[in-house]
Amino acid sequence: MALAAHAQGAEHGSHGLDRLRVNRVGLWLFFFSESVIFGLLLSARFFLEGIEADHLDQLLGLGITVLLLASSITAFTAETAIARGNRSLCNWMLLATIVMGLLFAGGVAFEWSSAEFTKEEAFGTSFFVMTGLHATHVISGVAMLAMAWVMLLRGHFSPKSYWGIEGTVKYWHFVDVVWVFFYPALYLVQGVHS
Amino acid sequence: MRAVSTVSSGIACGLIGFLIGAGLTSLLRLAFGEDPWSKELNSTVGFVFGLIGWVMGVGLWSQWGREWFGWSVKPSNHEGWERYFTFNVDHKVIGIQYLVTFVIVFLLAGFAAMMIRAELMDNDARVFSNPTYNTVLGLHGIMMVAVAVAAVIGGLGNYAVPIMIGADDMAFPRLNALSYWLVPPVAFGLLATPFLGGIETGWTAYPPLSVLSDSAQTFWNLSIITFGLSSIFSGLNFVVTIIFLRAPGMTWSRLPVFVWAMFATAFLALMYTQGFATALLMVTLDRVAGTVFFDASRGGDPLLYQHVFWFYSHPAVYIMVVPGFGVALEVIGHFSRKPMFAYRYLVGGFLGIMGLSGIVWAHHMFTSGIPNYMHGPFLVMTEAISVPTGLIFLSALGTIWMGKLVLKTPMLFALAVIFNFANGGVTGIFLADVPTDIHLHDTYFVVAHFHYTIMGGEIFGLFAGIYYWFPKMTGRMYNEMLGKLHFWWMFIGFNVVFFTMHWPGIKGMNRRIPIYQDSLEPVNLFISISAFIFGASFLVFFYNMVYSWIWGPKAADNPWHARTLEWQTSSPPPLHNFPAPPRVTGHPYDYGLPTPAHAVIGVAASPAGGGGGGGGG
Ligand SMILES: [Cu+2]
Repeated sequence: MALAAHAQGAEHGSHGLDRLRVNRVGLWLFFFSESVIFGLLLSARFFLEGIEADHLDQLLGLGITVLLLASSITAFTAETAIARGNRSLCNWMLLATIVMGLLFAGGVAFEWSSAEFTKEEAFGTSFFVMTGLHATHVISGVAMLAMAWVMLLRGHFSPKSYWGIEGTVKYWHFVDVVWVFFYPALYLVQGVHS
Repeated sequence: MRAVSTVSSGIACGLIGFLIGAGLTSLLRLAFGEDPWSKELNSTVGFVFGLIGWVMGVGLWSQWGREWFGWSVKPSNHEGWERYFTFNVDHKVIGIQYLVTFVIVFLLAGFAAMMIRAELMDNDARVFSNPTYNTVLGLHGIMMVAVAVAAVIGGLGNYAVPIMIGADDMAFPRLNALSYWLVPPVAFGLLATPFLGGIETGWTAYPPLSVLSDSAQTFWNLSIITFGLSSIFSGLNFVVTIIFLRAPGMTWSRLPVFVWAMFATAFLALMYTQGFATALLMVTLDRVAGTVFFDASRGGDPLLYQHVFWFYSHPAVYIMVVPGFGVALEVIGHFSRKPMFAYRYLVGGFLGIMGLSGIVWAHHMFTSGIPNYMHGPFLVMTEAISVPTGLIFLSALGTIWMGKLVLKTPMLFALAVIFNFANGGVTGIFLADVPTDIHLHDTYFVVAHFHYTIMGGEIFGLFAGIYYWFPKMTGRMYNEMLGKLHFWWMFIGFNVVFFTMHWPGIKGMNRRIPIYQDSLEPVNLFISISAFIFGASFLVFFYNMVYSWIWGPKAADNPWHARTLEWQTSSPPPLHNFPAPPRVTGHPYDYGLPTPAHAVIGVAASPAGGGGGGGGG
């Protein structure tokens, strides 16, 4: 019986443990841990130098960046909506976030197919690996948002219990913040020569 | 047979995952008009899918995954030996799973060391071919690194930390089980490499060789990345557990030193393990996807690997050694029968190491062609680490000083940690100083140095911890005479082997090549024979453990008369560790003082504090 309480993550511990707080800190530590990987790739990009920003579609880059930033706003709105019990707003905002996330991934895919450089040069290596790893996170974020959305439709979550949505939205913000560092490093930095 | 069904469904789902991954890759390659089979790419995707299949099949799906889709989960709730072969979330089960697994890996890696010494007995490389020798050397290295990283944290830490802080489990029990169940594929992957082409690079996997060599390098990389994932998960779990799950009254200044050491270590693992994973990910991408991170002819740079790799692998030596210090100081604290000397400085030492370890990595690269201006700062920062380390020594020596030492086996091992690490610390100075390092780099002097720190520091600590907590874990007592025999045999053997090893190192014997100057043949023969004798000491340990676990006399709840919480409950403890919620009222090491007990259990229980934990016991 006690073990079942464990499994549901509900009343864990014998001294009044705040499960939500523990989950939150765990999630933040996970972000911290992941940001080291992204930070190392970012450092590697400058260590290898080589700059080809002219060969990138600047308009497309700006477009997908705006899209991703906007999706963080809709994701945030979804979280506050479920916190206030507004299920239909949460529903639509989750859907909007999913669509914008998919559009972002599509934009990256288009950039990959039209890029004028290959992975067999220093900048190409950095560009494809950094955007690739980030896009993997975007796609996994979309998958998690979709799961949260389906669970919402099936009647899960309430203003008292919406960790599934909160955690997913926080993850989405994290992916967004990573792009805030990657975008200038890949698209905007000029004049670094190897 | 629940155990058989768990493991076999894991293997079956893993195989299915591998086939799906490799098959999908073939289909996609076919669709793009390419040769459907590419050894590197298909096996990489297959490994990833196979890994997911394995953890899902072994219990992640039935006990966690279903919940993501809003379905109910079926917790595994078994008794007896079978729970060790299931996806069990009890931290005590997981600790023993880790410990047994890594003691076996340790014995295998030790066997590889014996093979290396057999090759080095004389100067003609005739026992192994060169590729086989490289594989044996690399496997010995990486398996020992894995033992050093995970045996104390995953084994002793998982078992002891929640009980010592008065919790009923870790903060994320299912993540904890996942951390453990990621380990068997790693062991399988590493042990499979000799049959898939071997590895040529040693455990450090430096490019360009690791990118260019036609070997099982990719498979090896993926195994280690998986191990990194497991290490990060368990680090995260420990940090959250120690922050949030301490019993009422367990303030930071009452935390046992072993828990403090685990806290510092867990933070290091959480912060730096990604370096190794990222470095190996880059090698894998260079091999599999054709990127050019390390291809100098196309704008890449092999030095990038060394920076990223050592960004982890220097802190990794503290991930290994700080837990060793933790066990040693814990045991010394209880077996000296007097209050811990300079407790706050000791904790400061752990935290100081944690802070400094991330900014010294380039001391491994003094001969790699880094710019000269980097030599000075990295020399100074490296030597600065001896300050927090010195605080730990200060506390250890001050606690021993004028103590009534109880020289049981755990205490002997703990004292050996202090002795050995002092030696390893002194030789470290010669390797941190650029002028001497340029001569000593990549010689057997380095081998002797890091065996003194890691084996002499951490593995001796591991054994101290195993003997110390053995009665708590098994409810039975080990044989003290055999324990002491193991200690003296191992301690003398270790020092003879590795102290002698400095000499061929100073003479320039290379650490990775089985050929050396003829004049060093006698000393190498001596080291090899000593190493075989040293290696045999572990048979005593193995016999003692197996025999005592099954037939040993029943142990008391508190055979060491220690004050910390894990000794205030039964041996072994009940499912949720304590019959009633504990309350901490004093310092853990106040031996001989008229201060209150460290903790009381179940007296004046807090109102409505029972809940799941207390009732479940
Ligand atoms: Cu180092």
